[in-house]
Amino acid sequence: MSLELLRDLASWACLLAGGGFCLVGGIGLLRMPDFYTRMHAASVTDTLGAGLILLGLLLQAGFTLIGAKLLMVGLLIFFASPTASHVLARAAMIHGLAPQLADSAEDASSKP
Amino acid sequence: MLRSLSLFLFLSVFWLLLSGMPLPFLLAAGVGSALAVVWFAHRLDVIDHEGHPAHLVWHAMLSYWPWLLKEIAVSGWQVTRVVLDPRLPISPTLVRMRPSQTTDVGLVTHANSITLTPGTISLEVGSDEFLVHALTRDGAAGVQRGGAMDLRVRALESRPEKAG
Repeated sequence: MSLELLRDLASWACLLAGGGFCLVGGIGLLRMPDFYTRMHAASVTDTLGAGLILLGLLLQAGFTLIGAKLLMVGLLIFFASPTASHVLARAAMIHGLAPQLADSAEDASSKP
Repeated sequence: MLRSLSLFLFLSVFWLLLSGMPLPFLLAAGVGSALAVVWFAHRLDVIDHEGHPAHLVWHAMLSYWPWLLKEIAVSGWQVTRVVLDPRLPISPTLVRMRPSQTTDVGLVTHANSITLTPGTISLEVGSDEFLVHALTRDGAAGVQRGGAMDLRVRALESRPEKAG
């Protein structure tokens, strides 16, 4: 088995798994009951989904300029995506969208 | 001064990697742009331990990020199992915690790390309290003062800061 083939296999495994996690994020987006729980599902897409697809592409690119740019895309997602998620969730919170909670309301609102 | 130099080097490498064409004109334009940005940043007074936290980079890359990536993979897999479970076993929970970080960079890193791991989102972030929404009770239990993430970010931010 050549090294080339091994790299292609690893790359394909990453791309397929990444695509699968994107799909899971989408399914979760549809199945979850409210805004906040849907955001949790979506975060699977932008962490594991995007991450594994980038890793698969990185294996194809190797140590090239393309590879460096793919790493930069990864870094951008790494820093920007949680910030955007936080702002979105916080905006919903400020505008009074109450999350559906598993426990009773008084239990959740009481500060420890 | 050292920090300005570090910012200049970082920007120049950034330009080189994005451009990828070592022509004299483009290299000169890159150096010029990097210098201009450093000058602007200097005038804005944002070249400090916060705007350009270069003293944290190595420790973050070698120690904190690998651990965080592992956490993302683990919790991403847990959320995936919840999503694909026919019963959809969620127990959304709000949890408040007191972070032990003292610097702004540390607090932001901690809050972003919470949001980055699937299954938990930081809703409100302050220096004395975080409000976190978790998809399951188990996920909420992991978010607490003295928890693994809290301790690791505390260790990261308390790296000694060299004069710059």
